[in-house]
Amino acid sequence: MFESLTDRFEGILTRLRSRGRLSADDVDDILREIRTALLEADVELGVVRTFTGAVRERCVGLELSQSLSPGQQIIKIVNEELTGILGGEALRISYASHPPTVVLLAGLQGSGKTTTAAKLARWFKQQGRNPLLVGADLQRPAAVDQLRVLGGQAGVTVFSEATDPVAVATAGVAEARRLGRDVVIVDTAGRLSIDAALMDEVRRVAGAVTPDYTFLVIDAMTGQDAVSTALAFHQTLELDGVVLTKLDGDARGGAALSVKEVVGRPIAFASTGEKLDDFDLFHPDRMADRILGMGDVLSLIEQAERTFDEGVATKGAAAIVEGRFSLEDFLEQLQQVKKMGSVSGMLSLLPGVSKDLKQASSMVDDRQIGQVEAIIRSMTPAERRDPSLIDGSRRVRIANGSGTATTDVNALLKQFKEMQKMMKGFGRGGMAGAVGGLGSLFGRGPKLSPQGMADLAAMSGTFDGSPGGLPSGGGAFPPDALAAGAVDGRTVQRGGARAKKGKGAKKGKGGGRVTPKAR
Amino acid sequence: MIGPVVAASSDVVVGLAVGIPVVVVAAVTGVVVRLRRRGRGPSGAPPVPVGPPSVETAPVETASVETASVETAPVETAPTSVEAAPVEVAPTAVETAPVEAATFRGRMGKARGLLAGYLGSVRSRQRIDGATWDDLEEALIRADVGVGATDAVLDDLRARVKAGSIVGVDALLDALKADLVSALSAGSSGLHLPGGHPAGRDAPAATDGDEKPAVDVWLFVGVNGVGKTTTVGKVASRLTGEGIRVMLAAGDTFRAAAGEQLELWSQRSGADIVRGTEGGDPSAVVFDAVQRAAARGHELVLADTAGRLHNKVNLIEELKKIRRVAGRAPGRVTEVLLVLDATTGQNGLAQAKVFLEAVEVTGVVLTKLDGTAKGGIVVAIQRELGLPVKLVGLGEGPADLVDFDPSAFVDALF
Repeated sequence: MFESLTDRFEGILTRLRSRGRLSADDVDDILREIRTALLEADVELGVVRTFTGAVRERCVGLELSQSLSPGQQIIKIVNEELTGILGGEALRISYASHPPTVVLLAGLQGSGKTTTAAKLARWFKQQGRNPLLVGADLQRPAAVDQLRVLGGQAGVTVFSEATDPVAVATAGVAEARRLGRDVVIVDTAGRLSIDAALMDEVRRVAGAVTPDYTFLVIDAMTGQDAVSTALAFHQTLELDGVVLTKLDGDARGGAALSVKEVVGRPIAFASTGEKLDDFDLFHPDRMADRILGMGDVLSLIEQAERTFDEGVATKGAAAIVEGRFSLEDFLEQLQQVKKMGSVSGMLSLLPGVSKDLKQASSMVDDRQIGQVEAIIRSMTPAERRDPSLIDGSRRVRIANGSGTATTDVNALLKQFKEMQKMMKGFGRGGMAGAVGGLGSLFGRGPKLSPQGMADLAAMSGTFDGSPGGLPSGGGAFPPDALAAGAVDGRTVQRGGARAKKGKGAKKGKGGGRVTPKAR
Repeated sequence: MIGPVVAASSDVVVGLAVGIPVVVVAAVTGVVVRLRRRGRGPSGAPPVPVGPPSVETAPVETASVETASVETAPVETAPTSVEAAPVEVAPTAVETAPVEAATFRGRMGKARGLLAGYLGSVRSRQRIDGATWDDLEEALIRADVGVGATDAVLDDLRARVKAGSIVGVDALLDALKADLVSALSAGSSGLHLPGGHPAGRDAPAATDGDEKPAVDVWLFVGVNGVGKTTTVGKVASRLTGEGIRVMLAAGDTFRAAAGEQLELWSQRSGADIVRGTEGGDPSAVVFDAVQRAAARGHELVLADTAGRLHNKVNLIEELKKIRRVAGRAPGRVTEVLLVLDATTGQNGLAQAKVFLEAVEVTGVVLTKLDGTAKGGIVVAIQRELGLPVKLVGLGEGPADLVDFDPSAFVDALF
């Protein structure tokens, strides 16, 4: 629903292209857009100001390079600054020399502390540790029950008693020592930063157990208030890091940036789903792209991996390579796509997809996909294999059979033909060559700008990077390669050299992958 | 990457797992765009029915019943700074209304100190200048009102200042507050209580001549962790206190121990509860609750639902089903309340949009307003979607849920 920064820049930057250098006025215009984008991403106003100040310094008098458009150059600067703030030193968990290592979780009500506690326990377990969960949230009805159930799912023992939080925490650590557990995770009740009594209580809990790590759990959807909350907790508890939850929503998560900037502590973990395994160390690069609305290709790939049936994908791939992608295959793939969620939702995860295309795709709902399905299902198997069989009377039959009009059938057939053409490129030159054909697919759509097409084509550069960079079995690949892929992809928007540059990105960074991914 | 060998490599499969959908998506989009352009044949894809149908039902429901005077009285009669006088309030609400008004202001005031500086500095200047606008903008943005809504509100005021209809700083502030209050009051009709009776004391079944008295259902929806279960509990306490016989439906079968949490609230409030099994079908729980409520002569079912992010298609589909099932006779859904956390930023608007479209939300419950967060996103939600705030959560106690008071809310924004 929000314009991405890229879209915003389009307007301002078209008039800059002829000049070689950005003037102060140009920079002001651009900074205004950056400001709005960041505010819409819920970055705190003060942080926005500091940030735009830093970007201004780098932009004024910036010599425009030959290879990047001004927009791309600025986005690069903004991205670097963002990643700089978000990244910094990553948190490295070092375990206490005298176990147990105590981790204390605090935060507002509903930020996800209890769930995070269980996820964190699971994470420690996967690291080969032996954690104990301590339920010191005696405030919310049934909070301890919730922790017990989640602890059971994670295979981690939960300790709690109905006394008071300080006593429970103290007893919990003692219990861990007795049981020989090396990590203790203390879940506390949600509290408001202005509630003096409860803040004092959590301070006493911290005093009693002297945590090695104190994490503030914060919701990715939090708005401007994130900063005052984080500061208040930091003053009371001396935070070591932040856990960002509910990142699987579509919030831009600007709160992450605000908190990092103001508290100066790293964002240690990110929670990205309802399952206990949807939890991992935080990736600053992904967050920077997300805040800027540059899409989240990694998330898309993960989503695809989760839902995509490998058999169907292999079959489709084979069909494409052998140049016999039929309507039957199309139907199969379409059902796969439906599993992945809404079409517009998917496109929103892709960087560089123009607003027009997004708008167009938001008109596509399940019913319309259903209609396309119905049309194909009304064809005989022979027709599906060879659409050229379909003459006028067959068209009428198919239209009647699927409850559509012949124009619908025509549109589908035409679209499919163009898609097939593209698919042939797919087989030969990989994604980049193929998606280049997407331009022609939309060429006649007045609602879709050529820019949008080019963007889509450019995006394929990103994908081209992905197969090579992906270790088999579906691990993660280096975020920087991805970022580079995305940026490089954008540089080729207008050139014919699409495929070449896209591949360059892949080769350049392919070897850099490091992060192993727990799945 | 050439030749049939490709198919064997799993790397490529993963690549294609993304690539193919993208191409397919693009192709389908192409079909749709093409059809649209063509003006389409008679049976072509019907235009996507977005807002209108969902919006339509809401006013009908609320208009058909005289809104309970309890709800509206304190809200609308309270002038900007005067406490709602007990005299003006409907007789049934005598005990509660004045207390509520005080609570609202008192609690919000706690957090107000932080931003009090803005208006001070605006007032200290004699003239309206650039800095005035900057201060106002900053105040609104810091309250999470959002850039779009802030610009719209301030642009309108700027035009009025320019035209000379607003003169002086004080007049400007008054106009700003008045604008916000009137925007927030629009479309607010209070809660739809069973039978349309203010407190429902003599209501049970008296209004329905049919053999099968209808059971009103209030559905509570929202993303995770906003306080749905707590809100259901508080509403139950309040309504049972008013003599309405309430049945709770523990429709959150997903979150561990959500049922237990609601059970405790049912004990506190004295409302009955229907629980399902963890991981069970929430629609079934709601259905059972409606059936049991009808059988036992309860007037109202408060249905809790599991928190769900609005971008999870299947979970939203599940919610649609819950709503459909809840509306099956003898049940009728009279309120769908979107519970929204005051700390939520701009994403709140996206949430409201999706939930409104999916389950015809009738109003917003703004929770956790006793903290430092201002909840200004409801201004944007009201502006863009016309969804009124109906209730406000100000704490963890059963009495900490009060009617929304636009003027107190607006005062607290600055």
